[in-house]
Order: sequence, then structure tokens, then C-alpha cells
Amino acid sequence: MNGDSPIISINGVSKQFPGGVQALEGVDLEINEGEFFALLGPSGCGKTTLLRILAGFEIPTTGDVFIDGANMAAVVPNRRPVNMVFQSYAVFPHMTVAENVAYGLKVSGTERRTIPDRVQRALDLVQLGDYGRRKPGQLSGGQAQRVALARALVKEPRVLLLDEPLSALDAKLRETMQMELVRLQDTVGITFVIVTHDQNEALSMADRVAVMDEGRVLQVADPGELYEFPRDRFVAEFIGKMNLFEGTNVGWADGTLALLVNGLGRIELPCAEPTTHDVGIAVRPEKMLLFEQRPDAAYLAFEAEVEKVAYYGSESRVFLATDRGLALEVSIRNHSRATAGEEIAGRRWVSWLPEDTLILPD
Amino acid sequence: MKTNRQAPGPLDYGRRLWLRLTLWLSFVFLYAPIAVLVIYSFNDSRRNIVWRGFTLKYYERAWNNESLIQAFANSITIAFFSTVLSVLLGMMTAVLLWRFRFPAKAPFEGTVSLPIIIPEICMGVAMMAFFSRIGWPADLPWPLNLGAITIAHISFSFPFVAMVVRARLARFNRELEEAARDLGAGEWEAFRDVLLPYMKPGLVAGALLAFTLSLDDFVITFFTAGPDTVTFPVKVYSMVRFSVTPEVNAASTVLLVITLMLTTIAVLIQTRGREE
Repeated sequence: MNGDSPIISINGVSKQFPGGVQALEGVDLEINEGEFFALLGPSGCGKTTLLRILAGFEIPTTGDVFIDGANMAAVVPNRRPVNMVFQSYAVFPHMTVAENVAYGLKVSGTERRTIPDRVQRALDLVQLGDYGRRKPGQLSGGQAQRVALARALVKEPRVLLLDEPLSALDAKLRETMQMELVRLQDTVGITFVIVTHDQNEALSMADRVAVMDEGRVLQVADPGELYEFPRDRFVAEFIGKMNLFEGTNVGWADGTLALLVNGLGRIELPCAEPTTHDVGIAVRPEKMLLFEQRPDAAYLAFEAEVEKVAYYGSESRVFLATDRGLALEVSIRNHSRATAGEEIAGRRWVSWLPEDTLILPD
Repeated sequence: MKTNRQAPGPLDYGRRLWLRLTLWLSFVFLYAPIAVLVIYSFNDSRRNIVWRGFTLKYYERAWNNESLIQAFANSITIAFFSTVLSVLLGMMTAVLLWRFRFPAKAPFEGTVSLPIIIPEICMGVAMMAFFSRIGWPADLPWPLNLGAITIAHISFSFPFVAMVVRARLARFNRELEEAARDLGAGEWEAFRDVLLPYMKPGLVAGALLAFTLSLDDFVITFFTAGPDTVTFPVKVYSMVRFSVTPEVNAASTVLLVITLMLTTIAVLIQTRGREE
């Protein structure tokens, strides 16, 4: 599905706002044709600024943006081969749904008699075929969102930009719309670039995700790699849950790194590269297991006291503390009714496979 | 002791005698003179003292009073041009203040609304001094001879338009304009298709406000009017100086009705714009 030619190239883009706020710092990014690409980060990380630079509403202080091979430096927003779905949807309140969708076609001089057909097709695409004559005031949030989508897609842009498109919807509707956006992108085959602060949204929808913080891109990877192999502490902690420990390096030999971890003691991990500095180590809660007896030597195992269990239905999160006071979080899947009622308490062996440990250089 | 007297709620004003009294007294105080004016315009008597029966003849006489009708035509013409230009100027001022940041913006914003605050008599004298100082020609043909009054009216009307439109713009979602640009509209098209429709209720309300302000104005007009450019309020004033006839009442009642109608429309449009 994904061609490998980049449709968007962002080269060394920085943005400084008047007043001195540095929104972006040396961002390099390539987004491929046909890709569903997510810009993920906490609020204020610069992801929206980057999206607005792609749309042409902000001009980078330095650096270049190429869309479809053309430098966008001197191209005004209304001449770019991109369209945007705004966070507030920005559906024109004084026009009907059909007029909203037709607006982009009219204003860019599309042949008049082809417009009604194209508008109807766009509305059908977002399942609002019968809503053409409604006014935006009569629409629900989800419907207004679809109008915004149809209005952008009817222009057949090379790239569709979506600014936090689902943040205003309630949880159930958000999940439905996530899947619908993916389906829609499959259908139209247009490159989607979505900005979100919601990691679940990014992981479940996107082909590739760029994690941003403080104006920089920290890691660009597909969701699986991002989750299993985060490159630094920020990414590790921002995406999913993570047990993160500091390890003091006590020597590397023959592909094994020996570490002293406060509260755990000495552990040995496979590590291909010779390492001399201290590192952070991280383990996902769902990679950990709880045993009543010490498991076999294949596992790293540490005895700890169960302090609290949080029940989430599909899983339980068990919070433990080792004798030396290190806090651990283990997630246990509720895979059978047979074990669901078992009480988790007392002393357990928190265990995981060495290869599920992530080594995070500082 | 048990009391069943509760503090009056917002709709309980009719329950207490003193509240009712205050209400009626303020109504009488505000509207009795106007009621008298309107009633005596139908009075079949040369004087405004004793009721002698119903007649419409003073409306007829006012209608046949050529100089009164000329003054009325002057007023309408001035109000029309003043309104059109005030709306344009007021809208541009509002957009400027809303969209841009520039040095000395706060003082500028204050200065714009100054004509609302300045005593009318000062404005009037200032306008008179200004037009005579620059040697504004006095003997232009109609309607050009109304230019000075029109300019004076614009200067105190457009700040009202600017304020109404500015208040509406404060709630405008900038993403709407960006959406239009994103969809292919140039700056002018985005203004025409998105910002202008959004401002429309404010513009209409501002226009009606400007129209009534211009139609009503006496003080500033009095100072800028020449012998050939008498407006309706000024004419009424000069008629009263000779004698208070029901003809004046009739003319004033007509003006009152026009003003009232326009103000009501302005308020209605503004409320509807807010509900959207």
C-alpha cells in the first residue's frame, strides 16, 4: 500500500514565534506517499505548529518543506496540495452541509456542473449522504467532524492534515471514528498526517508515528517498534506503561552487561554492544509475570510484596514493592474466569525474560 | 416566630406594594411626556392645553409644510450616507482592532470610542470651528451641501458600529477563516465568504444604530447646519420657538415611530445573531 517515495520532506525546520518561544528545533522528517502518519506528543511539543507549517499557516523560521517535490516556501495556504481537518472542525455555520463541502470546489474554480455530484460522493463517503441540506447547527459533534472530512477530501488533496480530529468526541465515538478514519484512508489512498496527544490513537491508526517533545522529533517508527524499542526515556515513558530503573554499570563482557539496580540488586542482561556508562533499564508491566515460587533460571526474578491491585476488567494492575523499596507495576491479563477471582496478595516473584528488558542509554 | 415572608424572587416585583409603586413611578416619569406628545398630536386645538377631540389634520398640515418636508428629506439623505460610510469605516476599524497588533493600539482603541464620550456640545462647536477653518464651501447644490453635516454624523456614528462589530468578532473562531483559506480561498474571498457573513448581524445592528443616531441628532447638527441645510430635528426646534402647535407634535411622533422601529429591528437582529 505504501509507496516509498516521500510526499512530504521536512528539512531542518525550526520555528521561533515572536516573543521568543521556540516551537520547533531542527525537525527532519519524511512522510511517504499513501502513509497514515501520526505526530504524537504532549501539548506544547510543537506538533500542531508542524502541521500548520505543512498547511501554510505558519512559516518556518529556518528550513524547507517540500510537498510532492515542490518547495512550499513561497506557496500560500490556498495553493497547497493539502487540506486540513481542524480541531474545532470549523464548519461554516451560515452554509448548509452541502454548501460547506462545495465551498472548496467553488472557490477554486471547479466546473460548476460537476460540483453537486462530487459533493454527493464526498458526503456518501463519510456516510452523510442525506445530510446535505442540514445546517451545521443541527449536527452532532461526530457529524460535524464528518462534514469537515468530506469538505477536505472532496478537493482530492495529495495530503490530508488532521489536527487532533477526535479530541472533542466522547470515548466510544472516538474509537469508532479511529477505525473509520483508517477505513477512509484505505479507500481514498491519500496520505494522512494526523496530530494527536493520545498514544492509543497514534498506535492503533498510524502506519508510522513521530514522537515529539519540546520542538524535536525524538523517534520515528512504526507502532510496534515504537512500543517495543523506544529509543529514549521520554518515548519509553510517554508510550504505554513502563517500569523504569537506573542501573549502575559494573562491567560488560562477551555480550552480557552486568548492572547494579537500586532495589533489585545485580542483574545481567544480553547487550550486543560494549557499554561502559550507566544505563536506564525498562520493562513493560505486561511482560512481567508473578510467581508464588521462584521461577527457573530463564527468568530474571525478584521477590516483592503486593501493595495494591487495581482492577480494570480486562486486566489487573498489581503494584508491588521490593524489600529494598523499589516500586514495580505488573499487568495481569484477565484471560479466564477460572483465575479471575484469585486474590493477589502477599509475596510474589516478579519475573521477566532478560530479552524483554530494554536498555536505554542516557 | 414563624415567618412566611420570603425574599422576593426576580419575577415577584408585583407582589410588594412599594416595588409596584417604584415600577409605575419610573414608567410615568420616563414615558408620560412622550405619551402626552403623542396624544396631543391628535388634539383638535391650536394649543396643547385642552383636549378638544381627535383629528389627523395636524399630520396633514405637517405633510403639506414644504420646509418641514424638505428638512425631513435632508435628514433622511444625511442619515443614509452617514450610515453607509459609518458601517464601512466602523467595520474596517473593528477588523483592524481585532486582527492586528500594532504600537499604541490601546490609545488608538480609546480614541476611536472618544466621540461616544465627548459632550455633544463640544463636538458641535469643534465641528463648526473645523469646517469654517478649512473653508468648507457653503453654497454647494443639494445634496452636496449636506456634506459637512454628513461628515460630522459619521464621526460620532462609526464608533458605535465599530464597537458592535468588534464585540461580535471577539467570539469569531479563527479556524473558520483558516478553513476557507485551506480550501482554496484567497484572502479577499475568505473575508467575503466567511468573515463578512459572520459580521453581518453586527453590521446590520450597527447600521440601524448609526441611522437613528443621525436622524435624531440635534446638537452637533445645529452647529454644522447652514440656512439651506436644516434637518428635521433642527426644523422642529425652530417651529417650537414660534409656537408649540400640534403640528410639531405630529412631526415628532413620526420621528419617534421611525426611531423606535429601527431600534427594535436592531435589537432583534442582535439577539438573533447571539443565538446562532
